[in-house]
Amino acid sequence: MTTPLLSVENLSVSFDTPKGVVEAVRGISFEVGQERLGIVGESGSGKSQTGRAILGLTPGRVSADRIEFDGIDLRNAPARTMRNIRGRRISMIMQDPRYSLNPVMTVGWQIAEAYRVHTNANRREAKQRALEMLVTVRIREPEKVYGLYPHQVSGGMGQRVMIAMMLIPGPDLIIADEPTSALDVTVQLQVLAILDDMVRDRGMGLIFISHDLHLVSSFCDRILVMYGGQIMEVLDTGAMHRAEHPYTKGLLNCLPDLARRQETLPVLERDADWLLSRDGAP
Amino acid sequence: MAPNAGGVKTSSDAAEQDALPVPPSPVLARVAAIAKHASSILLTFIGLTAITFIIGRVMPADPVLAIVGDRASQDVYDAVRLQLGLDKPLIQQYLIYLSNIAQGDFGTSIMTTRPVLDDIIRFFPATLELATIATIFGVLLGIPMGVLAAVNQGRLIDHIIRIIGLFGYSVPIFWLGLVALLVFYAGLGWLPGPGRIEVYYDGIVETRSGIILLDSALQGEWEIFRNALAHLVLPAAMLATFALAYIARMTRSFMLDQLNQEYILTARVKGLSEGAVIWKHAFRNVLVQLITIIGLTYASLLEGSVLTETIFAWPGIGQYITTSLFNADMNAVIGGTVVVGFCFVGINVLSDILYRIVDPRAHD
Repeated sequence: MTTPLLSVENLSVSFDTPKGVVEAVRGISFEVGQERLGIVGESGSGKSQTGRAILGLTPGRVSADRIEFDGIDLRNAPARTMRNIRGRRISMIMQDPRYSLNPVMTVGWQIAEAYRVHTNANRREAKQRALEMLVTVRIREPEKVYGLYPHQVSGGMGQRVMIAMMLIPGPDLIIADEPTSALDVTVQLQVLAILDDMVRDRGMGLIFISHDLHLVSSFCDRILVMYGGQIMEVLDTGAMHRAEHPYTKGLLNCLPDLARRQETLPVLERDADWLLSRDGAP
Repeated sequence: MAPNAGGVKTSSDAAEQDALPVPPSPVLARVAAIAKHASSILLTFIGLTAITFIIGRVMPADPVLAIVGDRASQDVYDAVRLQLGLDKPLIQQYLIYLSNIAQGDFGTSIMTTRPVLDDIIRFFPATLELATIATIFGVLLGIPMGVLAAVNQGRLIDHIIRIIGLFGYSVPIFWLGLVALLVFYAGLGWLPGPGRIEVYYDGIVETRSGIILLDSALQGEWEIFRNALAHLVLPAAMLATFALAYIARMTRSFMLDQLNQEYILTARVKGLSEGAVIWKHAFRNVLVQLITIIGLTYASLLEGSVLTETIFAWPGIGQYITTSLFNADMNAVIGGTVVVGFCFVGINVLSDILYRIVDPRAHD
């Protein structure tokens, strides 16, 4: 692993609800360098809140011993510092372009805006950059797509627009929060390939959040397996078969083997005892 | 109103696939859409006239009796009845009524003995002036209040704005109007009393639009302009309070809804300032919904607020129609109702067009 871009120590996110405090993330620690880190877990495992807490964009209460990005302490950073980091240094790709793009603005304008926030570029320069970016994410008629509204583009194209928008200011770290879960299977692979190329070409760090362990293992260098707001196991993707934790094994067995006939699918094992030991991360 | 009607979409999709080799001309499609829109407006107008016609005929007040009085002889009664065309079949009466309306003829008012249209032209501008200014203030104050409340949801400022809104919404306007007159006119003497203008200024400015502010400004009578403006402050403030309360409440709820959308998170991830997130991203979407609300508020104020017009002796359409109603002056009531109805439909059409311009999802 290279020198870490981002170090997180003992991060917790909790929500005050009328029924009491809900702990979404319970004291997790990890580091990311210029690599591709996968975070895998089921719904409610706290993986999305981890991503949002890094950017300071969760409505929940965040506490951590350390959230450090490139020497900057993000825990109590002033709003101005955070705004300069968001988009420009750390960016985030969201799940569903149907909801994550503003419905009343053209997609081109939204991409250009992401560039203009962090530069002194005028409208024309920003548009030029946005058009180039559309080409980079393999959109064939950039001039035409630039003027389209989100409801006029397909899911796959919308997600490529999202990638263009989040990469245009040239961030060092990308958090991709289920970037392909809302897409058709065939489009998923195209979008992943584009994301893969761009991360590789630009030497960015990537945090890839997903519920799909197989997808993540084919795409990332390392994987954090989360359950109940804690890290269960950290794996190198080359050593998936060496997974020890019963939860990870359960996730791996979720996909039925086409070569082997199986009458019943295994039920994912969950055990509250896993959450008792606070030293989930090795 | 709904931009995507599910049922319609599938059928048009199927049609599109069938007609794939020859795409339909966009100009033709646009003309067809406008024609469809225009015909639905026309139907609404016809419905409006039909309803007012029926109401005019089923009213227990006998129009002949209202003209000739109780002590007229049977001969006179019959002659007037014949003159009014009441012996003809209903459908023919309706058609005559329709063609009269088309020519701007609403009959003669018994009360004022003038053509109803002349009366409306005299009374309506007073309401138009009041309603327009009240709506402008309602929008200018209500929208920022609603946004401020939504952004600070649950904090003190939100509660204060909610209380102001509740006040504007629930305090009876006749009480508020009287108290305002008592304080600012009778007590402090800061503002003039009821009426549109002081009596001694009456008739100096030539009536062109009937809107005193506009007429006096165009003729350079600034003293009269100031006097008319001072008269307008209290009644407009009463109506604006109501408009403001409604607009602020709706803005708050629309804004909260938008702030929870995912594209807001996107905007924040991009590093936009909170002001840009709220006003550039969320508010553009709120505006789409607000257009309809503002249109409806304006239209309802144009109906004339009888209570406000009565308290402030404001010679507006609301007062005109109500007084006519109490005198069984059906020509005036129906004429006024038709004109108000036309305005209502007209403003709805206007807000519909604006909505289509602002919301790209309604373009196609």
